[in-house]
Amino acid sequence: MKSEASEEIRLLQRLAQNDRQAAETIYRQHYNMVQSLVTNNNGSFDDARDIFQEAIIVLYQKAKSGSFELNCQLKTYLYSVCRRLWLKRLQQQQQYLPDMNGLADTVPVEEEIEAHSQRNAQFTMMEKAMLHLGEPCRSLLEAFYLQKKNMTEIASHFGYTNADNAKNQKYKCLMRLRKLFFAEYKNNNNV
Amino acid sequence: MEELQLLDAIERYLNGQMSAEEKQRFEQLRKENPDVDQRVVEHTFFLHQMEQFGDIKNLKSTLNDIHSQLRAEGAIKEEKRKATIVELWKKYKRVVAVAASIAGITAISISVIAYLFTPKANHSEYRQLAQRFARLENKQKGTEIEISQLKNQISTTKPKADPKLGGTGFLIDGKGYLVTSAHVVVNADSVYVQNVKGDYYKASTIYINKQSDIAILKIEDNRFQFVKSLPYSISKNNSDLGEEIFTLGYPRSNAEIVYNRGYLSAGTGYNGDTLAYQIAISANPGNSGGPIFNEAGDVIGVLSGKQESAEGVFFSSRSKNIYTALQEIRKDSTSEDRIKLPVTVPLRTLNRTQQIKRIEECVFMVKSY
Repeated sequence: MKSEASEEIRLLQRLAQNDRQAAETIYRQHYNMVQSLVTNNNGSFDDARDIFQEAIIVLYQKAKSGSFELNCQLKTYLYSVCRRLWLKRLQQQQQYLPDMNGLADTVPVEEEIEAHSQRNAQFTMMEKAMLHLGEPCRSLLEAFYLQKKNMTEIASHFGYTNADNAKNQKYKCLMRLRKLFFAEYKNNNNV
Repeated sequence: MEELQLLDAIERYLNGQMSAEEKQRFEQLRKENPDVDQRVVEHTFFLHQMEQFGDIKNLKSTLNDIHSQLRAEGAIKEEKRKATIVELWKKYKRVVAVAASIAGITAISISVIAYLFTPKANHSEYRQLAQRFARLENKQKGTEIEISQLKNQISTTKPKADPKLGGTGFLIDGKGYLVTSAHVVVNADSVYVQNVKGDYYKASTIYINKQSDIAILKIEDNRFQFVKSLPYSISKNNSDLGEEIFTLGYPRSNAEIVYNRGYLSAGTGYNGDTLAYQIAISANPGNSGGPIFNEAGDVIGVLSGKQESAEGVFFSSRSKNIYTALQEIRKDSTSEDRIKLPVTVPLRTLNRTQQIKRIEECVFMVKSY
């Protein structure tokens, strides 16, 4: 039991370090449970996938924050998060809420869900800002900030004569993106 | 241009790419210039957002990757959803099997117990309410016979002997048709009826149905004066539980009419007989064949018998059975002289004593010899 728990913690640490193998292991072990939870409660397979992936993101961010202590089995934790997320989505769709108790134990996850939905909103804002930015700025920024390529690589890929030119262009793009993002951010926070 | 340089500085500062000297200068600048400080904080937040966005975006695409990979491998099965019932059946197969066998065993044992403990001869409980005139009475009345013989010479229609059975009947057609219980007249050689004033008439049995316990008699005597309109109608509908009822009958051997009241206590008769009602009333042998009236004075049934094991539990044939009887008579007979049931209900507004005064002329004592 003890070794199992430490193994799960190890798995989460690897997840936090963007280890694909860790994500795959979690996926393999727990996806089917969540799929049956969602599909047995008025959900489709796509819903199941969305919910499970959102739960993994919650898990990822918790693991990344470093303050995460897994004081129950990973399975129970994932189940609880998915259950909560699915109930929330059903509520938003104003559908009939099925009685989802009794299938397995759950642990309280309200805080995580709250934090997650906030981050989700920010994610959407950034996504929107990126969308409005247009090419080639978007690809340039993605290459630098998301794919973490260095400036020389980017310069040759995008056809700039040298890294400094690319860098200048990058900062221009970044300024525009910042403007868009903060406009969106203010907009959202005022509403 | 300055803006770009500032951004670059901030980014290098945050990424720790500055030399110690440069860092010190920059920090100094931050302290002195709140605008720059604000910029640094803002950009830190923004870069953090960017980083998170990137992380999540990457993770999402990884997860989608994994999902399609696992689906291709068959580790994730997205079969067309089986019918819920099939799934439920799979889930609860064992439970259902156990429940079914328990139910089966229970059912069998209950039937065994029921079989063992039920009294064997149920039907002996059902005593028909025909009045059995005591044989002793015959002997006692030996001396009275002469007197009665004398009386018979005056009124030739009065039968000489005492009847085997006595019951009650009531008119359903002013031309002389009566309804009574089948068991009162079924074994009779001849049947006489006597009205409340004491007049005797000879009657013939034209219809008997033992199942519904209904018999229809016809007064044959010419002396009988047709009754123009009957003060009650025969109800076609089923009556409701708890309905107040009353009856008139001749339980006494001195041919005095007796009134009793009660209520409808069950929608079916003895052992669930759907041709009958169960009623709670006080009645006696001799009430058999008597009409059961509801509040409004409609006939809803014909009193037929009681349950021996319980006090005050009586059964009444439903008035519908009278309609059935008439249909069967019509089928069999070719005579033009059809029985016409009364239609109007003039008694509804009268009080009980007035109702009875009107009704009693139409209720006869039935004597079967």
